Amino acid sequence: MADEKHHIIPHKTLLMVLGVLIVLTLLSVAITQIELARWSGAAALLLAGIKSTLVLLIFMHLKYDMRIFKVMVGLIIALVVVVMVVTMLDYFFR
Amino acid sequence: MSAHAHRDDIGSKLGMWLFIFTELLLFGGLFITYAVYRYMHPEAFHLASQELDVPIGTINTIILLISSATIAMSITAIQQHKKKLTLVLIAATILLAAVFLVNKYFEWGAKIEHGIFPGSAYLDQLGYGDVLFFGLYFFMTGLHAFHIVIGMVLLGFIFYYVKTDRLKPDNFQLLENGGLYWHLVDLIWIFLFPLFYLIA
Repeated sequence: MADEKHHIIPHKTLLMVLGVLIVLTLLSVAITQIELARWSGAAALLLAGIKSTLVLLIFMHLKYDMRIFKVMVGLIIALVVVVMVVTMLDYFFR
Repeated sequence: MSAHAHRDDIGSKLGMWLFIFTELLLFGGLFITYAVYRYMHPEAFHLASQELDVPIGTINTIILLISSATIAMSITAIQQHKKKLTLVLIAATILLAAVFLVNKYFEWGAKIEHGIFPGSAYLDQLGYGDVLFFGLYFFMTGLHAFHIVIGMVLLGFIFYYVKTDRLKPDNFQLLENGGLYWHLVDLIWIFLFPLFYLIA
């Protein structure tokens, strides 16, 4: 295990990810400033989802980590989503 | 020291992730609270959200994203035996965190000057929806800012350890864990920003 080679992410990759993250941020600001879209809020959240996936996979190194880390993170996110959906269903059908 | 020091990098990282999960559940609960109150007071949340300063929010988002990239780059740098660059990148991260907090100070200051703060007479006049929106705004961004302060202290220690060679190219798990914590702070802000500033 000690011999396991540690994956090194090149600076270029990290800077490219940063560029994409900034573009997505500006994009989410732009779409919510246009008043026409009633789905702009949902779009902003979708973009936030894409951004957080990038941060988790590249910055937080999950893409290159052991499988157990990916599985655990996936389960925790699923747990939060399930609790959120169940809570909202409760309020919608009250 | 003759004895071989015990070290378990994977266990250390696992422990850090378990801590991060508790943080995700903490903020997850707050996001659910936000979702419920927003559902119950859609108009008030819509109008109150317009009070927030989108340019400052956007700038702070970009500052945090850059700081996330710099700390990730420092982990690459230490593995490439570039100690000086590692130190510069950690220092840059701490500096960007400080800039974020300064912006936050002016942002909160402007709100408080307008009489918008939890328990203020002005806010009470506006009704439940506004009280809830700004209550959540101050609590969630405040808790997030508190995490920034803790992150700065943590990265400060890590900077010192790298400088004094306690963290080295073959032993840098603490830097990686500090990085994970810092990305978590960024991750939370990625959702706070659209929910409070953009969805108006």
